[in-house]
Order: sequence, then C-alpha cells, then structure tokens
Amino acid sequence: MEGIPLLHILILSTALFFIGIYGFFTRRNLITMLISIELILNSVNINFVAFNKYLYPQQLEGIFFNIFIIAIAAAEVSLAIAIIINLYRKFNTIDIEDTNTMKH
Amino acid sequence: MAMNLSILVLILPFLTFVGLAFFGKRLSGITAGIIGSISTGIISLIAAFIAFNYWVMSDGKSTMILFNFPWLTFNEHLAINMGLLLDSLSIMMVAVVTFVSFMVHLYSIEYLKGEERYGSYFAYLSLFTFSMLGLVLSVNIFQIYVFWELVGVSSFLLIGFYYQRPSAVAAAKKAFIVTRFADLGFLVGILILSFEAKTLDIPMLIERLSSPDTLTSGNIKMHMVGGLSVISIAMFLIFIGGAGKSAMFPLHIWLPDAMEGPTPVSALIHAATMVVAGVYLVARLFPVYFVLTPEVLHIISWVGIISALLAALIACTQTDIKRVLAYSTISQIGYMMFSLGITAYSHGETLGYTASLFHLFTHAFFKALLFLAAGVIIHAVHSNEVAQMGGLRKSLPTTHIAFLLATLAISGIPPLSGFFSKEAILTATHHANPVIFWLAVIGSSLTTFYMFRLYYLIFWNKPAEHHRHHEHALFSIPLIILTLGTLLNGFIPFGQFISVGLEKVQISFELGMAAVPVGGSLLAILLATLWYAKSTSYPDKFVSLLKNFYRWTYRKFYFDELYQFVTHKIIFNLIGRPIAWFDRNIVDGTMNAMAWGSMYFSQAIKRIQSGNVQSYTMYFLGGVIILLSILLYAYGYNLIN
Amino acid sequence: MTLEQILFYTISGLVLFFAFMVIVCRRIFRSAIYLLFSLLGIAALYFMMDVEFIAAIQIIVYVGGIVVLIIFSIFLTHQVGEKMPKKLIKRIVPALILSLAGFLLTIDMLAHHNFNTGINPEKFNPTVENIGHQLLDYKNYGYVLPFEIISFLLLAALIGSIVIAIRPKQQQAKN
Repeated sequence: MEGIPLLHILILSTALFFIGIYGFFTRRNLITMLISIELILNSVNINFVAFNKYLYPQQLEGIFFNIFIIAIAAAEVSLAIAIIINLYRKFNTIDIEDTNTMKH
Repeated sequence: MAMNLSILVLILPFLTFVGLAFFGKRLSGITAGIIGSISTGIISLIAAFIAFNYWVMSDGKSTMILFNFPWLTFNEHLAINMGLLLDSLSIMMVAVVTFVSFMVHLYSIEYLKGEERYGSYFAYLSLFTFSMLGLVLSVNIFQIYVFWELVGVSSFLLIGFYYQRPSAVAAAKKAFIVTRFADLGFLVGILILSFEAKTLDIPMLIERLSSPDTLTSGNIKMHMVGGLSVISIAMFLIFIGGAGKSAMFPLHIWLPDAMEGPTPVSALIHAATMVVAGVYLVARLFPVYFVLTPEVLHIISWVGIISALLAALIACTQTDIKRVLAYSTISQIGYMMFSLGITAYSHGETLGYTASLFHLFTHAFFKALLFLAAGVIIHAVHSNEVAQMGGLRKSLPTTHIAFLLATLAISGIPPLSGFFSKEAILTATHHANPVIFWLAVIGSSLTTFYMFRLYYLIFWNKPAEHHRHHEHALFSIPLIILTLGTLLNGFIPFGQFISVGLEKVQISFELGMAAVPVGGSLLAILLATLWYAKSTSYPDKFVSLLKNFYRWTYRKFYFDELYQFVTHKIIFNLIGRPIAWFDRNIVDGTMNAMAWGSMYFSQAIKRIQSGNVQSYTMYFLGGVIILLSILLYAYGYNLIN
Repeated sequence: MTLEQILFYTISGLVLFFAFMVIVCRRIFRSAIYLLFSLLGIAALYFMMDVEFIAAIQIIVYVGGIVVLIIFSIFLTHQVGEKMPKKLIKRIVPALILSLAGFLLTIDMLAHHNFNTGINPEKFNPTVENIGHQLLDYKNYGYVLPFEIISFLLLAALIGSIVIAIRPKQQQAKN
C-alpha cells in the first residue's frame, strides 16, 4: 500500500477511537457501553498493525500485540457479560441510570 | 513584737475563709459557726492586745510600717507595695471591726441555724473580715483599692446570700454596680494622685503633699486644669469612691435594698464596718485634704449634711424596720462626713476629725446593737413590717431594754455614748459653720423622732403580749455586751487617742450649747410618745395635712425611679442596643455568612461525586486533554519531536 | 487515484459509518449488527494491509465469538425489540465537546509529527510460519512468555465468568 500515507490510516483509527469514546459517554445501556469499548479496542488494533507495516517492517511486534489484544478483549467481554447478567438478576434492568445504589 | 502579731489579724480570717469554703459543706450542725467565731474571737483578742500595747505601753503616737514588700514595680520611683500600717487610726478601726465581727459571728451561729449553706455564710463572713481588716491596715493606696474591691465582693456575696429570691439578687447587683461605678472615680483619683506625688505609699504621699514646706517650697508643682488644681480633682474623685461605699447622696440608693441580706450581715457590713470605709478613706488622707485641698472638704461637708437630712426625712415614713435602720445609717454617716468636712471652715481647728472618728466608734456599737435586736424581733414575728409588730415589750424583755438604750444613744441623750460623740460633732460644727450647725440640729431631732417612732411602733402601740418569745442565749449575749459598750463608750477620752497630727484634742462640750440639741431631742421624744405610744390617729391627720410631701418622702424622693430611668432609657437604649445590634448582626453575621458560604460551596461541588462511571471518565478525559494541550501549546512541539 | 486508494477510502468510510450507527441507533439489536459490519470492515482493511492471519483471527474471534456473545447477552436480558430511552442532553453536549476536542488535538499532534516511513517495505513478511516461529520463540524477540500468560488469563476468565454468572442454589429451587 504505497499510495496511502500512514497519516490517513491513523486518522481513521483516531476517528474510530473517539467515536467509541463518545458512545461510551452517552449510552445508557450497559451492553451498548460494552460495544463502544470494543470499537475502542479495534481502533488500537488498527494502529498497531499500521505502525508495524509502515515503520518497522522487519519486526512483527505489532501483530503479536494485535493477537494479544484480541484474546484479552474476548476474556474481558465474557466477564463483563457475566457481570451484566448478575446485575440484571438483581435490578431487573441494565440501564445505568437506575443502578445507583452506591450513590451518596 | 506585739505589733508583729498584727499579721495574724489578716492571716486567720483568710485561712478560715479558705477552710470553710472548701470544707464547709461537710461540717455538720453549727461547727462552721463555732470555727468562725473562734477565729474572730482570737483576732479580737489580738486587736485588743495591740491596742493596749499601743496606747498604754507606748506613747500612742508612732506610725509603724510592717512587712512592706514591693508587689508590683512600675519603675524605680513608682511601685505598689503591700504592707501593714499601724497607727492610731488603723488600730482603732481594727479593734472596732474585729469586735463587731465577733459579736456578729456569735449571733449568727444561732440566727442561721438550720440554713443549708451554713458553711458558706461563715466563709463569706471571714472573707469580709479579712478584706475589711486588709483595707484599714493598708500601707499603700493601691492596696486599699485592692481590698476595697474585695470588700465589695464580700458584700455582694452576702447581700445576695438568699439567691433564690430575685429581690436579693437584684439588690446585690445594685450594690455592686453602684459601688463599682464610684470606684471608677476612685481609681482615676489614685492614678492622678500617684502621678502628682510620684508615689503610692500613704505615709510618703501624705508627707509629700501636706508637709508645711510643700506649699512654700514649690516642690509639688500645682498643675491646673480648667482653673482647678489637679490634686483637687484627684482628691474629689477619691472622695467619690468613698461616697459610693458610704452611701452618700446621690449614691445612697444601694444601701436600703442591701437589707435583703441576712440581718447579722446588715449589722456587720451595712452599719458598723463597710459603710464607714468612705469615712476611713477621707480620714486616712486627711492631711492632704486639710492642707492642700480644703475646697474638697467643703464639698464633703455639704454632701454629708444633705445625706444626713435627706435620709432622716425618708426614715420618718418607712415601715420596714430594716429600711428605717438603713436610712438611719446613711444619716449618721452623713454626720461623720460633714464632721470631717467642716474642719475646712474651722480655721485650723481639727476637733471635727476626732469627733467624726469618735462617732464612728460609738455608732458601730449602737447601730450593730439596733440591727441585732431587729433581727431578734424579725425572728419572733416572722416579718419585717412594722404593722406586724407592736406590744412586744413584755415578750422580748432583753431585746426591749437593749433597743431602748440604743435608741437613746442614737438620739444623743446623756449619759449614753451617742450623746458624747454627737455633741463633739455639733460643737466642732458650731465653731465652723452655723448653717450646717442648725441643719445638723434639725437632723438630730428628726433622728430622735423616727427612732422613737420605730421604738414605740415595735414595743408599744398595741396591747402588750404576755407570751414570752424565747430569746436564745447566743442572741442575748451579744446584745448585752454591745449594750454595755453603748453605755460606757462615751466616757473614753477619745481625743487622747485619736487626733490629727501630734497634739491631743480635748473633747469637751459647753453646757449651754449642749442644751439645744438635747432639748430638740427631748421634744421629739415627746412628740413620738404622743403619737405612737398608743395607737392614735395623729399621725394620719398629719399625713393628710402634708399629703404630697408625705408621698415624696415615702417614695424616697423617687431617686430609684430616676436612676432606673437613666439606665434603662438612656444607657440601655442609646448605647446598649446599637452595640448589641452590631454584635448580633455584623460580628455573628460574618461568621454565619462564612459558614453558610462554605456549606453552599460544598453542596455545589458535591455533585461531582455522582457515582456515575461515565461522568468520571468524562472528567478524566477532560483533564487529560487540558493537560496535554497546555503542555503542547506552551512548549511548542518540542515535546514531540 | 489507484484502485488501492479508492478501495481504502471506501472501506474506511464504511467502517466509520457503521461505527457511527452503532452509537446512534436506538434499538440494541441493530446496534450489535452494526458492530458486526464494522468489524468486518476492519477485517477487510487487514486484508488490504497484507496481514491475512490477523484478518482471519479478527473474523473468527471478534465477529464470530464476541459479537455472538453480545447477542446472547441481549437475549438473556430481555432487551430485544423495544426502543431504548433517549439520551440525556446534559450528557450529550459535554461528551460531544470532549470527543471533538480530543480528536482535533490528536490529529494536530499526528500531523506535526514526521513519521519516517518507507524503509525497507519489502521486509514485511507476516506469513503464518513467521508468526508462529516468533510467537513461540524463547530467544530474542520471542513471545512465548506472553503467550503462556494469555492462556492463563483465558482460563481465569473462563472460570471467573462461570462463577459470577452462576445462579445461586436457592433461586434454582424456587424457580
């Protein structure tokens, strides 16, 4: 991919990152917050691969990190789902505005 | 050596006070009274011993200063010392105070038996004795001030002894405030005097200000302020302090109300000892008054005679036995004061000084006797009002005789002691100022009238009761001893003992001149007998004749109301209220505003801790962005490249 | 404009569009499906960047595992079908401002940085053989240790999610 400057890929990943952050701030449902986090993780993944390909092509660290991030994201999502299910059993809702028993 | 015993005179009452103050509650029955009486009895004996030593064994002229140690030093010229000054005046006062205090202690053992705060009462009595003795033995004028205030405190404690009664509390407050107000003048006077004479020691003060060569040599520069010399102002202010304590017009309002205290207290403090502190003060500083500021003595004489007459008029109409005696005290102290004052009119003759102190001496005896007798009467009829009494001459025989003799003494009938002292005063006055003399004679007749009115209303007026009230021995013994004193004191050649300067004064009286006041008194007795010995309607007819004047005297010339008006309407409203407003709204308001401000602020930022993860993340991101932008744009892009 | 560039911009646009729909949509199921498409787009990008292995992993694990898991949880929490409540305005405005500010700041930083690209592009050889060798290599540049740790992590996550999500005994009896 010679024709595409590194900067454009980075703009893409940055935009994806901040879209994920905006979604995290504004969504009220716990599951949709989880989805936004997945977007953030993916943007980071793109970053790793792009840097690896453009700046350090003789090494493969970026790819390894990509693999690790995917694995960890999977573990994290499964645990988050388990917690959400538990929370749902207790409050019968997964709206984050209603689960505020620890508020002052 | 005997003179060194004088320190015991101060230490014993003080120790008694401390001991009874701490342990008085645990003592049962009358033990506290016994302890107090023993202590007072011992110092009375010591005082007698010292007096004997001073006048019989030595020449009775010297002035001894003992234990003079510097207490507070301002600079090398001015220091407040504490010490004992023993001369004829102070030894006489010590003898009077200790003796009367002893009589009152004995009387109080029985009078206050069963009282819950028995121990406290005797503690306060000892405190008072200590303070009064300290006052008369002071060598330094500031030391007098210290003990002056202590006496005021003891008086306050004792007047307000029955503190559950609001009238007693109000009376104690009034006494303290009025005397405190007068003491302000006293303090300013002391300060001015110390500035002028550059010393506070009384002997040195007297010497510097009144020795014959001060006026001529000009050692003391007479500073003048507004046409008056500063020393005159100082001496006048000191007299104001004395006038407050001695209940002279117009500061006399506290003494009648002070009768709320127990009767033995009235006998001790408000008849014989504390109220003569003013007379003592003027007498102590007499050389300065006499030599340097005779104009102040003029003022003193007029204040004295006005108080004497005013109080005598008011006493004629009062119906509370203790009030009559209180006004009588004011009147008699007025006599003492003007007797001191008229020496300024008398071209160098100082009989007035000796006469005043002689009257102080005899008055202490018969006035204490009157009050103690009144206490027995009040105890018997359970009321202070004369209307409840009458016809008691057979029920209280000892008291009757004692009261009668004391009344005769205060009326100036020979051969009782009051005759001699009053005659001395009137003789001195006659030589000095005829106006005051005739006023004094009128006052003397009025005195006789109201005292005999009181006597008849208590012991006659109604048919005699035959049921004998029990007169306890501890009541009768002090009465009898004081009666003996009243009878015999007149024969003491007082002028040999106490006089100004070194020459002895002869107290004598001219028969012709003595006839005038005695005659007036006899007429007054006659009038009183006619009107009051049996229940008659003459008094009421006389009252209806002089309706308004009677009302004015009965209401004590409305002085209390005047003072109330001044304090409530003027001082409280004009000064007190704005200051209170300021304190409440501005001072407190500032504190409240600060507290409210912090509370409001904390409420506002409380919402940051919402418990909401999304908000927290937002704050986090916001912080990171801000920091990063600051770093980037402040430092250029050097951080990155 | 080479085909490569056209393709890249199209796929990027689609990824961003689907990502935007993820966060804007009010039905939760649609949100999950948009996420699926977005991830597929990212896999396409990986294909374009010659890292086929990663693309395959992305599709298998992310799309086939995680998104499916999310859909399961949506069903388990009875959320399907209804519209979700509208977002709060007081939440939208600051979030928008912050996100835009962060985006612009980052782009600014990136634009000012000189990336020295284009050094030996032919050495990039991410074949499965190379990846496998280096992943399990314990000499220099070997990543066997993180590999083992990740396996521990996955085991812990497995056990942990079972423990957290298990239904307590008495509730089972009641139900």
